[in-house]
Amino acid sequence: MSDVVANSPVRPADPNSGGHPLALSRARRWRERAIRSALLACGLVSILTTAGIVVVLVWESIGFFREVSPWEFLTGSQWTPLFKPQNFGVLPLVAGSFLVAVGASLIALPVGLASAIYLAEYAPRRARKILKPVLEVLAGIPTVVYGYFALTFITPFIRQVFPNTGVFNAASASIVVGIMIIPMVASLSEDALRAVPRSLREASFGLGATKFETVTRVVVPAALSGVIASFILAVSRAIGETMAVTLAAGATPKLTVNPLESIQTMTAYIVQVSLGDTPFGTIEYKTIFAVGLLLFMITLAMNIASRFVLRRFREVYE
Amino acid sequence: MTTVSGAATSHFDAQPKKRRLVGEIFLWICFAATSFAVILLAILLIDILRQGAGRLAVDFLTHYPSRFPERAGIKSALFGTMWVVGFTGLLSFPLGVGTAIYLEEYAPRNWLTRVIETNIANLAGVPSIVYGVLGLAVFVRAMALGRSVLAGAATLALLILPIVIISAQEAIRAVPPSIRQAGLGVGATKWQALQHLVLPIAFPGILTGMILALSRAIGETAPLIMIGALTFIAFTPNTPLDEFTVLPIQIFNWAARPQAGFHELAAAGIIVLLVALLSMNALAIVLRNRLRKEL
Repeated sequence: MSDVVANSPVRPADPNSGGHPLALSRARRWRERAIRSALLACGLVSILTTAGIVVVLVWESIGFFREVSPWEFLTGSQWTPLFKPQNFGVLPLVAGSFLVAVGASLIALPVGLASAIYLAEYAPRRARKILKPVLEVLAGIPTVVYGYFALTFITPFIRQVFPNTGVFNAASASIVVGIMIIPMVASLSEDALRAVPRSLREASFGLGATKFETVTRVVVPAALSGVIASFILAVSRAIGETMAVTLAAGATPKLTVNPLESIQTMTAYIVQVSLGDTPFGTIEYKTIFAVGLLLFMITLAMNIASRFVLRRFREVYE
Repeated sequence: MTTVSGAATSHFDAQPKKRRLVGEIFLWICFAATSFAVILLAILLIDILRQGAGRLAVDFLTHYPSRFPERAGIKSALFGTMWVVGFTGLLSFPLGVGTAIYLEEYAPRNWLTRVIETNIANLAGVPSIVYGVLGLAVFVRAMALGRSVLAGAATLALLILPIVIISAQEAIRAVPPSIRQAGLGVGATKWQALQHLVLPIAFPGILTGMILALSRAIGETAPLIMIGALTFIAFTPNTPLDEFTVLPIQIFNWAARPQAGFHELAAAGIIVLLVALLSMNALAIVLRNRLRKEL
């Protein structure tokens, strides 16, 4: 009996162990605990990242708001921090971001949802095998490439139709950002549609509904929370999009709803300042943190809203 | 009874033809929407190939940028990209995989775990330029790394961390629990079971996710502009503390100029960038298929 225990691979002879033969040695127990702590430390880095973002943005913005009142920042309609007379009203940048986001949504939401419906409900297996990778490639193309495409293809196209359009305009940026976020809407909405159980579709067919009626009155409503969540995420992505907008939309902060004019978004402004030679510590420099904080809060609110919609309005099937 | 059903039948018009036609039209609308993506991808690639193919030559890869489009190349950008992406991988791999192992294998169901998970989901939605602001304040200024390769890589590592974590979690989750239990059953400690049984099986999946995350890092522009990567550099980095530029920044710089000559350079740079991206994706797919063990 003692022979079996001694030769067992499970418990090699361990002078430190003592006590119960199956108890871990102190060294081993210590090692297990150290590994666990190291892994937890890795997990905490992500929390530190968020904390870092919040602290940096808030800290530097406090410096900014010592010189400019938050009221002036949030309600002013002139944004000219880089030349005299300086004005720090952020509304033109916010309007620019939303103009691009609305334009992009007009393209991406219907096209993305229709693609999702096709992929989830209609597409034959072979078509899916081609279309899914195409959408993935579209999603993986760097944004600076989309910016180039907007400048050299979409803008000239728009200017042929509307000759008065400037080289930089919101329409071109909206279209290209819309193209960028189609894959996101399509793939997230498709997941939501696929999660609707088969029995619902079959019940609908059983009542005599056509495929179209089943899709539009049963499947899409049942998946609505997922679809809307994908819409919100896509709009949030459009607001945070930077390089394509910087290249295509221009650098003219302007309160306008005319998509053929040059505008500037919050993100494009931050890029403009960091490309220039604005000295560190000046009020001009601090504007990027105030604008960054606003951008962060808007996108964070939308991401939280998206998850809330997903959880709160989800139809649960077994 | 008969009268009721008879009346119902006479008033009910199923209109099967009309309903089928509506359905048919709807199907074609959905098909057209999906094709829209395919057509756009084709137009984009053709547009870029047409403008950039003429500039692609060995000289383009081995020359430094220049004021004269005909002499300009992407040598510094190409080396910068390799340096930055290499260090991004070195930094994000242990952090991301460590977090994933913790969340999948160790984390108790408590508030801290919930905070970490919610936080990762939120970080995935933070605009990349915000990471640039963070990198500028923390790595460039507070840690005094300057506009170095290391500062850029650290910034991008934080940016892709959520992607690395989520894909590694999926890879680890896909390993059947019976494998762990078998390890624990023969007396392995938790970490031994992970190290020798679970992680080797999950490794191809983890690696695939890592490569895809790095292919995201390779195309990132905005955060690196924020931390002050330069747009005109005529040398290649020799240490992680050297200044650098990357391919997307070089492309941005050329695309933002009005002259057509520079636009062609930008297109040629995009071709190089897309080839790098597609080969990384292909590598990820090959690795996944090659290394996947049948369970």
